Amino acid sequence: MKILVCITHVPDTTSKISFIENNTKFNEAGIQYIIGPYDDYALARAVELKDTHGATVTVLNVGEVNTEPTIRKALAIGADDAIRINANPADSMFVAQQIAEVANQEKFDLILMGRESIDYNSGVVHGIVGSLLNIPSISPVMILELDGDLAKITREIEGGKEFLEVKLPLVAGCQEPIAEWKIPNMRGIMTARTKPLRVLEPIEVNPHTTTISYENLPEKGAVKLIDPENAEELIDLLKNEAKVL
Amino acid sequence: MSILVFVEGSGSEIKKSSKEAITYAFETGKITGENEVIALVLGNYSNEELENLGKNGASRVINMSDEKLNNNQIGAFSDIIENIVQSRSVSLILMTKSSFSDNVGARVAGKIGASIVSNITSLPDTSSGFSVRKSIFTGKAFATVSMSGEMKVLIIKRNTIELLERDAKAIVERIPIPNNISFAEIITGDEKAEGDILLDDAEIVVSGGRGLKGPENWGMIEDLAKALGAATGCSKPVSDLGWRPHHEHVGQTGVKVSPNLYIAIGISGAIQHLAGVNSSKVLVAINKDEDAPFFKAADYGIIGDAFEVVPRLTKKVKSL
Repeated sequence: MKILVCITHVPDTTSKISFIENNTKFNEAGIQYIIGPYDDYALARAVELKDTHGATVTVLNVGEVNTEPTIRKALAIGADDAIRINANPADSMFVAQQIAEVANQEKFDLILMGRESIDYNSGVVHGIVGSLLNIPSISPVMILELDGDLAKITREIEGGKEFLEVKLPLVAGCQEPIAEWKIPNMRGIMTARTKPLRVLEPIEVNPHTTTISYENLPEKGAVKLIDPENAEELIDLLKNEAKVL
Repeated sequence: MSILVFVEGSGSEIKKSSKEAITYAFETGKITGENEVIALVLGNYSNEELENLGKNGASRVINMSDEKLNNNQIGAFSDIIENIVQSRSVSLILMTKSSFSDNVGARVAGKIGASIVSNITSLPDTSSGFSVRKSIFTGKAFATVSMSGEMKVLIIKRNTIELLERDAKAIVERIPIPNNISFAEIITGDEKAEGDILLDDAEIVVSGGRGLKGPENWGMIEDLAKALGAATGCSKPVSDLGWRPHHEHVGQTGVKVSPNLYIAIGISGAIQHLAGVNSSKVLVAINKDEDAPFFKAADYGIIGDAFEVVPRLTKKVKSL
């Protein structure tokens, strides 16, 4: 079985988000980059399936050369080989078309990725890839079990979960608790250095969207503290001042 | 040209967040000149429920009612939308973000080669091209994005627009499922919190953290939520410890909420938790640790013992 895991290279979840050049560019100064946390769940599940189902795991990232340390980390966690599409991941449609192109050539049984990236949060790449390949796409996936070519899935829905079955090949957008995050061990880190990392040039895709500018959230005023001895006053303020009750 | 709104419901009632998408479509039509707002509703609904979408801005409702549509099917629903888009000269497809609509919007965009933007928080600006504002970095910032191409898919965040309540009825058109739609996903069941208010639909959310010391103390959270007509949520550690189910986990890797009022009780306010709540209108923190980071993000705060404060708040709410 062949599994493709698509990963994003994104700022650490504790990063301070700011913008430069008149709010037209993300400020990368001091930012630590990580594998997208949801992608990390997808990768962890793929590595488990490698052990239980004898799968091979290929990891793919659409990014420029600076994403290679992130890709190597995925190899250290347990992926067998990697592909980097040498391009700035301009938007969801662009990224999805690049993934679909690779998948068309190499035929994977399972394409896993996070439910969304944590920078742009669009959560649509898995769906676009599924429709471009004309195969099912399911997200957000909490549990993924395989029984032959049948995938048994638990999908999170508002207020609960839904159970479904669908045939492979399949695209899944993953989230916890699909697997526990894996931390690379020393042997993994050593072998990752020599695992194959292919660099492919992107296919040409007309840009669909362009980011014009960024802005931070408006500054919050100071918190209004209420004496716990008069806790009831909070309810009056919410009703009469904030007008939310 | 028409605007198509993909509408979701519970099976008998249309979701308020989907009605917001209809109003968004109506307002967008005024800007772009599209004169028809078509609401697509899949499943079994009463005529009255469907006609009433006219109040929110729909001019026409297309309904398909068939047993096969009783369960949400990502592939089949996307194919149905694609079919309507092709046959009704639709240029703009709209929906409100949900765990289901993300999938559907994405597949439709891929199929028809549309530009797609998700998490939209403003009406489009057409003064030069077509641009929208979207929430990025899990609510920590916004981006203004321009969309090109003749076909566009817009996935909006709930609470982006005030619901229109005009005096109008929509034309209801009941049609069969188009031919050649394949139902590849077999839904074998679900598990839903019955009767509770859903987190993503709630106007008020009351959340508890590790400060509550154990699942046995959740009664007071539920009491306050019940008095306020609120949904209950929790922090990641609470869900990881199994005190509360995962679908209540609010934060970066859980549910992102944008209610009018969010009350955090015994939650310190780690950046990952705040990422899930920072588009709420009013934030309240109750914590006995005055250094809890939540107080920096909150509008109102009480530095005190939740076990004493919360029951008093509940009593006060009940007296209103």
